[in-house]
Amino acid sequence: MKPAPFAYHRPGSLADALAILAGDPDAKVLAGGQSLVPLLSMRLAAPSALVDINALPGLADITVTDGRVRVGALARHAAVLASEEVRRHQPLLALALAHVAHATIRNRGTSVGSIVHADPSAELPAVLALLDGALEVASVRGTRVIPASELFVGPLESALEHDEIATAALFPVLPAGAGVAFEEIARRHGDYAMCGVAAVVDGDSVKAAYVSVSEVPTVVDLTGVPDADLGEAALARLDPADDIHATAAYRAELVRVLTERVVARARGEAAA
Amino acid sequence: MSPDTSTEERHEVVLTVNGVAHEVSLPARRLLSDALRHDLGLTGTHVGCEHGVCGACTVLLDGAPVRACLVLAVQCEGVEVTTVEGLGGPDGSLSPVQQAFAECHGLQCGFCTPGFLTTVTAGLRDNPTPTHEEAREMVAGNLCRCTGYQNIVKAVERAAVIAGDATAEEAR
Repeated sequence: MKPAPFAYHRPGSLADALAILAGDPDAKVLAGGQSLVPLLSMRLAAPSALVDINALPGLADITVTDGRVRVGALARHAAVLASEEVRRHQPLLALALAHVAHATIRNRGTSVGSIVHADPSAELPAVLALLDGALEVASVRGTRVIPASELFVGPLESALEHDEIATAALFPVLPAGAGVAFEEIARRHGDYAMCGVAAVVDGDSVKAAYVSVSEVPTVVDLTGVPDADLGEAALARLDPADDIHATAAYRAELVRVLTERVVARARGEAAA
Repeated sequence: MSPDTSTEERHEVVLTVNGVAHEVSLPARRLLSDALRHDLGLTGTHVGCEHGVCGACTVLLDGAPVRACLVLAVQCEGVEVTTVEGLGGPDGSLSPVQQAFAECHGLQCGFCTPGFLTTVTAGLRDNPTPTHEEAREMVAGNLCRCTGYQNIVKAVERAAVIAGDATAEEAR
């Protein structure tokens, strides 16, 4: 349970970080490390080098501009969760972040890192997908914005190129009159969910996104679906699988129950 | 055959732990938990699962509870690290949290205890008067395999009372 040797870089500027990354195809970016360090310790990952971005200036900012909550790459989950401005402009972020591991992990882990890690059991990729957000990325070749719909390629696989660093995630603010809700069921408090559901209701539009029941975050449009059919309509788009935590049948039942519950709560929030 | 690591690059790092600066030479892959125990001899920090689940290695980084097994020691230059050794008074007296764990039988084998003590110390600093639910939530990220959580939660609530009394005493 000790990492294999790697070179360590702690650049002081984004340009330096990008140059190092571009020069070493086996290097990995280290932000909060709450997923990467266990992978290193278990030797599921053995990069040649780590580019630690924790000393880069300005990346911890959380701002609300141009109708978007912009979360910088070094903003810790705990800081995003504690932000009154985030809670006011996009309450779904706080609702989901309360389910991300435990407070001690949230003190170090970053929201952007969780998105880039693209774990289908993680909450934030589903939130970014549901809200139709985006990721700002930089490389020596320039910058680009990847929409959430193109970001999640497979389990633990994002559309980031090897030489790119995600600098911020963009979450659209909640329109006035819209409502959101989030709920998940895990074996133990703070553990990865067996199934999680996020929903947003805006006028007639009803959408839900799912955690742990598909290989990539899946957004299902439930607009116009009668309440009694919500669960089945969602399941038609999902692919719950067996694993050590739950059977596929049980996950499917969680999809049915949680979809109804979360959509109803989002409707209530929209009406409120 | 294990790989030759004799040529592995080492980094000169100053780790400030419990107010004392330590100059150490470390490979980048040295976890903070191992640096504390092996390089500094501070064996109060315990290492359980080594992948961030159990909470035994929890230390405070600039006051915030963090898993020491999920941080590299080379990342901790310029950071104030507090371990369980730094919680008591300079005269060896117990902190309110340590005293409460002793009074309430909040520890049995003691393996998980350093992680609970650091976590609860920061938790009560941020929320000095937790409700029963908040006291439970405070220790939700730490595993204990023998004492049982009931007495640990009692210890959190008792620590809040002891710390509150001490504050009131100072104010008088």
